[in-house]
Amino acid sequence: MAHLPVSPEKLIEQFGPHLNYPPREGFAGRDEPDKVVKTHCCFCGMQCGIKLLVKNDKVVGFDPWEEFPFNEGRLCPKGVQRYMQNNHPDRILQPLQRKEGVGFTPVSWDEAMEKTVAEIKRIQEKYGNDAFSVLSGVSLTNEKSYLMGKFARVALKTANLDYNGRLCMVSAGAGNKKAFGLDRTSNTYADLEKAEVIIVAGANISETFPTLTHWVWRARDHGAKLIVVDPRVIPLARTADLHLPVKPGTDSALYGAILKYLADHDMLDHDFIDNHTTDFDKALAAVKDYTLEWAEEITGIEKAKIELAAQWWGKAKTSFLLHARGIEHHSKGVDNVLGCINIVLATGRIGKPYCGYGTITGQGNGQGGREHGHKCDQLPGNRDITNPEHRKYIAGVWGIDEKDMPGKGYTAYELIEAIHRGEVKGLLSICFNPLVSLPNNNYVREALEKLEFYVSIDFFMNETARHADIILAGSLQEEEEGTVTTAEGRVVRIRKAVNPPGHARSDTSIILELAKRLGAEDKFTYQNSEELFNELRVASKGGTADYYGITYQKIEDTMGVFWPCPTLNHPGTPRLWEDKKFATPDGKAHFNPVTYRDPGEITDEEYPVILTTGRVVSQYLSGTQTRRIGKLVDLYPEPKLEIHPELALKYGIKQNELVQVTTRRGTDEFPANIVETIRTDTVFLPYHWPGKKSANQFTPATLDPVSKIPEFKVCACNLKATGVISPPSTASGAYASI
Amino acid sequence: MPVTNYRTDQEFFVDMQRCIGCKACEMACSECETNGHESMIHVNYIDRAVTVQTTVQVCMHCDDPVCANVCPADAITKDEFGVVHTANTARCIGCSNCVMACPFGVPQKKETYDLMMKCNMCYDRTSAGKKPMCATVCPTQALYYGTREEIAKMRPNSTPVNNFIFGKESVSTKVNIMMPKGSTSLIID
Ligand code: SF4
Ligand code: SF4
Ligand code: SF4
Repeated sequence: MAHLPVSPEKLIEQFGPHLNYPPREGFAGRDEPDKVVKTHCCFCGMQCGIKLLVKNDKVVGFDPWEEFPFNEGRLCPKGVQRYMQNNHPDRILQPLQRKEGVGFTPVSWDEAMEKTVAEIKRIQEKYGNDAFSVLSGVSLTNEKSYLMGKFARVALKTANLDYNGRLCMVSAGAGNKKAFGLDRTSNTYADLEKAEVIIVAGANISETFPTLTHWVWRARDHGAKLIVVDPRVIPLARTADLHLPVKPGTDSALYGAILKYLADHDMLDHDFIDNHTTDFDKALAAVKDYTLEWAEEITGIEKAKIELAAQWWGKAKTSFLLHARGIEHHSKGVDNVLGCINIVLATGRIGKPYCGYGTITGQGNGQGGREHGHKCDQLPGNRDITNPEHRKYIAGVWGIDEKDMPGKGYTAYELIEAIHRGEVKGLLSICFNPLVSLPNNNYVREALEKLEFYVSIDFFMNETARHADIILAGSLQEEEEGTVTTAEGRVVRIRKAVNPPGHARSDTSIILELAKRLGAEDKFTYQNSEELFNELRVASKGGTADYYGITYQKIEDTMGVFWPCPTLNHPGTPRLWEDKKFATPDGKAHFNPVTYRDPGEITDEEYPVILTTGRVVSQYLSGTQTRRIGKLVDLYPEPKLEIHPELALKYGIKQNELVQVTTRRGTDEFPANIVETIRTDTVFLPYHWPGKKSANQFTPATLDPVSKIPEFKVCACNLKATGVISPPSTASGAYASI
Repeated sequence: MPVTNYRTDQEFFVDMQRCIGCKACEMACSECETNGHESMIHVNYIDRAVTVQTTVQVCMHCDDPVCANVCPADAITKDEFGVVHTANTARCIGCSNCVMACPFGVPQKKETYDLMMKCNMCYDRTSAGKKPMCATVCPTQALYYGTREEIAKMRPNSTPVNNFIFGKESVSTKVNIMMPKGSTSLIID
């Protein structure tokens, strides 16, 4: 195992990405489907309800599911096209084995399994159990997330398991736990409707969670004031009452200054602060010098605008604050989140109708996937792997001795560093494409090349899987029963619509087979997803993310149940904290002092421009799925560098000219898109592409000290005009990757 | 016309203010096999260099459709419900008169088919009592299909307008544009 077995061009030729378009004459049988399956979109955390049309065991189209309460039929372009992945020619249909100079050749399941298990055993015997590691993903259902956690700890007995939620909203999770003792958005999005003021901080809702925009627009119909904090004029900001174009990496200064303003002008809910919170004084002391003038200087936002935002927020009777990766993908993501929570708590507007706060989960099961124990520091029910009580409980559910349960392992990026050091020698990945999604991805590639054995479970050949020794052909979301938890905290059913094609197998059956071959069969005896879910319910019982009272039938009957739902006759909890009893040990919400500090990398003479990253509406995360769907690729074929006309003028850059972007970690060229809708000191690149088009070849791996999330949103770069006008964007340019 | 379940109480409302340019409407419209997988609705940036504002153009289904009036082959018809249908393939001669005549720039000549194509208000769906695809999926309800009462309740600050003034010409349409409360017409110069 080392470099790619053949050139990337050859791998692309064989495994794609190829663009899949519906046949012009249409899919046969769409008018008379064999069945119509009510399930959910496989992409972002909204998990919009959708109906899939199935003919001859193939998904041939979709129909809006207008009764599903969150989206009532509404979908974004990704949702409309999600059905196109099922019939995709790139689909991996059988297990594959790497062959030097040839690429990947089919092998039988038996051979693939035998080789995998033999390598796992060899590595663990030679280097210890922790030398074999697992990287899991939160597009997996709750059942699969739970299974991966148990599989790593019980069958592999390794501490080194982490998940790609580490790149998503772990800062929010850590902040929420500190402040509330529990990690979930506080309300359903329907509560936005009558909020007087809405702050959307670092969340490009209109492109990343388009169907949520509806609820913001509904609020505006009722007269809500909308404040958008973002370095770019995102589509949601176009009609906002106030757009605060924050300099990337300075968000906590803004919230600190707002907190001070609220205190100075006595716009506080004293009753709430006195009776239901702790440490307000400490939070206030941390911001005592944070004047509007100071905040203007740090954040680059005019002080009059900051003042207006503070006044609106302070005077409102109802409000909602939403944030996403824009404030979380930072080396102080947790501080940014706590800064937001502090202003919510100071005004006491939580746990009431039309008052809410929350992060918006990005990945399909970003919420549920962070509760069931496939992160390195966590056990099911959001339990802590270092807490003896928690360990004992879960060891009991799993039927193992607590002392046999591994401890805390490395987080995702730390794992890559451990591979570089030679400490970790083997890797199993599922539903994770680190070569595109981790920062500093040239370093990640070098790590993959150092592994002694790498096995990937996937349905398409993603950029990381190209480095694998064995690829186990897994399943799409619509090929297995299960549940996911939406960004609102609503647990919903994922329905199996079709069988995995060819010799591909369900992810669950693959893991169960591996567990069996590793000698742990008696601990993995599930006949179906429901049995897995029922064990998950017991494992979560009494934890903060308590699913015990949720059953498949109950979800069916109510189109989703909100956790916590501790007993079978409990209706679920759409709005948290109505009783003002928080999930912290003392039952109070905690203020946390936030002192401003600079981002991990700041601009200097050599690298004078800030580079920030994000998403476009037609692509999803590392693009393993969406970069294969023709119509989505046509909308935005390759990444463009958004740059303000003033900055473009300074560097002599013309519209569509290729710009050389250089950071301390890499250099490459991107066509310029000169737009006034971005700060004058900042450029933007979307991050869905690999290789030469990758934004994450630039991003630094500065980690937040608490959440260990990488700082995807700020790095220092230099720009150079090349004098070459880029031809119109085509997909082909974006795919030749290494 | 065959017997249909067309809901005459429901209308189409377009509100550009709410459009986020996501193109879910184009995606959904182009799923239709009768359109040959071409979108009959068009989303455009006004001027991407300065704003992210997009406009969305759906067929307005004019009361007195100029496209049909100028068609030398009588390929375009308006039905009893006011839906202006796309060109009849047997009749359309691909002359593009309609393309040039439509004040909203809706009909498009598709070279692949040598045929004018335009939105027919998802007749396959609406005639079965369903809502048009683009309006059903639009994630922001910039496109809404429902009753006048519903829209009045949902959008207290806006009024539906279906009267457009082009110079001295006044055009009234089946499809409504949402305008600030109290507006009665939209003047387009
Ligand atoms: S990607 Fe997200 S917003 Fe779009 S349809 Fe899927 S779940 Fe809904
Ligand atoms: S689907 Fe709606 S929001 Fe999206 S581009 Fe079309 S009209 Fe605009
Ligand atoms: S009403 Fe139907 S045919 Fe017309 S634009 Fe919308 S989806 Fe296309």
